[in-house]
Amino acid sequence: MGCDDSAVLRERGQREVFCGLAPIVWLHRKIQDAFFLVVGSRTCAHLIQSAAGVMIFAEPRFATAIIEERDLAGRADANAELDRIVTRLLERRPDIKMLFLVGSCPSEVIKLDLDLAADRLMRTVGTGVRIVHFSGSGLETTFSQGEDACLTALVPHLPAAEAGAGRSLLVVGSLAEVVEGQLQRLLEGLGIERVRFFPPRSSDDLPPVGPDTVVLLAHPFLATTARSLEARGATRVSAPFPLGAEGTTLWLKAAADAFGVAPERFEAVTAPAAARAKMALDRYREELSGKKIFFFPDSQIEIPLARFLSRELGMELAEVGTPYLNRQMIAPELALLPSGTRLSEGQDLERQLDRCRADHPDLVVCGLGLANPFEAEGIATKWSIELLFTPIQGYDQAGDLAELFARPLLRRSRLVELAPCN
Amino acid sequence: MQLTLWTYEGPSHIGAIRVAAAMTGVHFVLHAPQGDSYADLLFTMIERGQKRPPVTYTSFQGRELATNTSELFKTAARDAIERYKPQALLVGSSCTAELIQDDTGGLARAMNLPIPVVPVELSAFMRKENWGANETFYQLVRALAGPHVPPPGTPRPARAPGQRPRCNLLGATSLGFRHRDDVTEIARLLDRIGIDVNVAAPLGASPADLARLGDADFNVVLYPEVAGAAAEWLKRSFGQPAVTTVPLGIGATLDFIREVATLAGIDPAQALAHVPSRLPWYSRSVDSNYLTGKRVFVFGDATHAIGAARVAAKELGFTVVGLGTYSREQARDVREAAKLYGIEALITDDYLEVEAKVAEAQPDLVLGTQMERHVAKRLGVPCAVISAPVHVQDFPARYAPQLGFEGANVLFDTWIHPLMMGLEEHLLTMFRHDFEFHEEAAPSHLGRGAAQAAERPADPVAVAAAPAVVTDTSGPVSAPVATGEIVPVWTADAEKELLKVPFFVRGKARRNTERFARERGLAQITVEALYDAKANVGR
Repeated sequence: MGCDDSAVLRERGQREVFCGLAPIVWLHRKIQDAFFLVVGSRTCAHLIQSAAGVMIFAEPRFATAIIEERDLAGRADANAELDRIVTRLLERRPDIKMLFLVGSCPSEVIKLDLDLAADRLMRTVGTGVRIVHFSGSGLETTFSQGEDACLTALVPHLPAAEAGAGRSLLVVGSLAEVVEGQLQRLLEGLGIERVRFFPPRSSDDLPPVGPDTVVLLAHPFLATTARSLEARGATRVSAPFPLGAEGTTLWLKAAADAFGVAPERFEAVTAPAAARAKMALDRYREELSGKKIFFFPDSQIEIPLARFLSRELGMELAEVGTPYLNRQMIAPELALLPSGTRLSEGQDLERQLDRCRADHPDLVVCGLGLANPFEAEGIATKWSIELLFTPIQGYDQAGDLAELFARPLLRRSRLVELAPCN
Repeated sequence: MQLTLWTYEGPSHIGAIRVAAAMTGVHFVLHAPQGDSYADLLFTMIERGQKRPPVTYTSFQGRELATNTSELFKTAARDAIERYKPQALLVGSSCTAELIQDDTGGLARAMNLPIPVVPVELSAFMRKENWGANETFYQLVRALAGPHVPPPGTPRPARAPGQRPRCNLLGATSLGFRHRDDVTEIARLLDRIGIDVNVAAPLGASPADLARLGDADFNVVLYPEVAGAAAEWLKRSFGQPAVTTVPLGIGATLDFIREVATLAGIDPAQALAHVPSRLPWYSRSVDSNYLTGKRVFVFGDATHAIGAARVAAKELGFTVVGLGTYSREQARDVREAAKLYGIEALITDDYLEVEAKVAEAQPDLVLGTQMERHVAKRLGVPCAVISAPVHVQDFPARYAPQLGFEGANVLFDTWIHPLMMGLEEHLLTMFRHDFEFHEEAAPSHLGRGAAQAAERPADPVAVAAAPAVVTDTSGPVSAPVATGEIVPVWTADAEKELLKVPFFVRGKARRNTERFARERGLAQITVEALYDAKANVGR
């Protein structure tokens, strides 16, 4: 077992991935009093609304300040324009307690200093509103790295943990409410009483951080956030990610070890839930076992997913693509992958498509731009974005997670009387 | 800078991709960062495309900005040609690439590629999707048909004897609102009156097809948003006149036939005498009486909005209470059209402004885009979609054109069905006091048990306090009552009387009465006030 560096294919070419703006779609649902103002182009606005799909709300808590020709030609002062927009926005939305100024490819290229703008706006219009900048630019960030950038920007705003308040556990990364609740109950069952989640639902409920804080990442794509928390004195414990029964157990175990939980207690608390998860997984093993799966790079959760599918459901891994391989964050996962697994980092889309077709996989995990073309070629697909919008972490979602991969295959087995596509 | 919460049109390069994706044999190398590849999902998911659009995104990254983005572009162009072997290469920049100022056209030309290279300047910080489609189609047409332009002053050669007149069908693209079926429908219509389609483009055309656009006798511009500039150029270069009437609805289709017949030099009498559409009869049938004067709010791209308003007013007997567009390029045409209905056109790309105007107009039906469908849903008003931006629902499996005679049938069905059918509405009104036929009653076929359960308490106070069932507009957009203004209070009797109003119009009755009371400065709404308001407002 275990994957080493030699097996990684590093690719550079055309990419088919979202930029770091896309996580706004889930972050704004998570932090419920925050507004995300992208400073960018019409493309940025269109990207977010396209990624959000049907989620058009009466008045969403995200928007784009679209840079126009006159801003570029110097006929308007971009900073003054931004101030005008932010002032109007905050007047209109008094419910907003935190405003994110989100940098984009165009704002970066024209070197609009949004850190400075955030400071300035905090002084001028920001009464009662925290204004924070992060970049979701596709020049620097790929998809889920946008959440990393957002949380990193929040770290300096976290209050300092009171000295002597005792050790606490900080679970880092957006999780569905139902998942947070389940994990909290398990962690409390282990006797870890002071558990906080980051990001919080409300911006005035930022968790404290300090030398007594133990950080446990819920997602692999939060490397920068982890480093910033460490800079504030926190200790990060390394673990596989809580996907599947095994992943969840190992993730909880890392927390338990950090807090000195007795093995008997750990066993007593986790065993019933783990058994329930395994029972749920049994239902899908027949469908998935021995099937070959190919991952296109998307959100960096590909490696933990591949580990889950190969170890708990017996799937065969053709290629596991990831936009970015952070060896430090993912080391415990790599150790669990079958040796010789073909990993690829970055992307050269056309060559990857060639490899994929040559592999004849039973299932391809890819973005929405590639899914229907694959289906039209007769290759079953699973939309990767669903893996970020659906609660999949923890014991009680293990079965749901397996079902997401089984459904496309099951569907094919039902459609027995269809004529070929035209 | 412009604050945008949601946008009707994407950026200009999306328009360019819509043209490239509609054609065969064209590949588009788009200088763009990785995130711009989201565009693919519009085509593969919304339109259920079986292939990715023919686009290579150069996917430059931050660290490359200072060094070799132009090399990256050249590599991408070379690889794309080798892999896809297109007949023509379209090259351009998305917003970020425009800022880094790599001259994609110049770079591609310098490569001495074996195929025509068509550069397109997309002015990403000024222009939007439809402009991008229009510009791209124009540049493709000019580049590919250009070499075949006769010297100025050359008369158009006469048609060979016995040869049917030929036209080009211009403007249909990928992600267009029912463009796919419109092209089929109008080609059939033209065939029936004796005219052949020389080339339909961009949808379905190859670069070789564009090269022979000049062979046609005239052009039919189905969507001026996309084909306006190309048709202008073809007129100048080949002396081809253009048919500009968009055949949306019966009246416009008949006008279209007349215009086409004149240009083709054929007699339209037979085509005009026989209208193969059910709309004229359906609209005359008694059931449609109830459509009379229904208030309709129309919003969409200019072509569809103008056409829909005409059908609504002149073929269905509606009252057009709102007409607007997000297409600023065609604002003048929409303003002209609005004058016909005695209203002022709404020109905006801010959907919240559209929402406020719809709420204010209190229409019975909204004809709009997918965004107006959401707006109408929030306001509790029926809605039919008539225009892009498109949604997966706008690509029905069945044949469902908007243009021509079959298109008129589709309009009738899709606009009328969201409204309650006339007979049904009539019966509901007639039996509104019937003990079995009020909204709390369970359907009688479910038996007495269900009916009893449903008839139980119905506490009159609770019922009266409940918000209006159908048309509650108390959303975030309803105009807040200004402080100091009198807020009339309903008396218990009046509330009870209001319950006798059929539930599907009760919300409106409530609003109208409250407005009436406010206007008259009434502190209380009594039964008398309710009927005074009814008499004043009318239907």
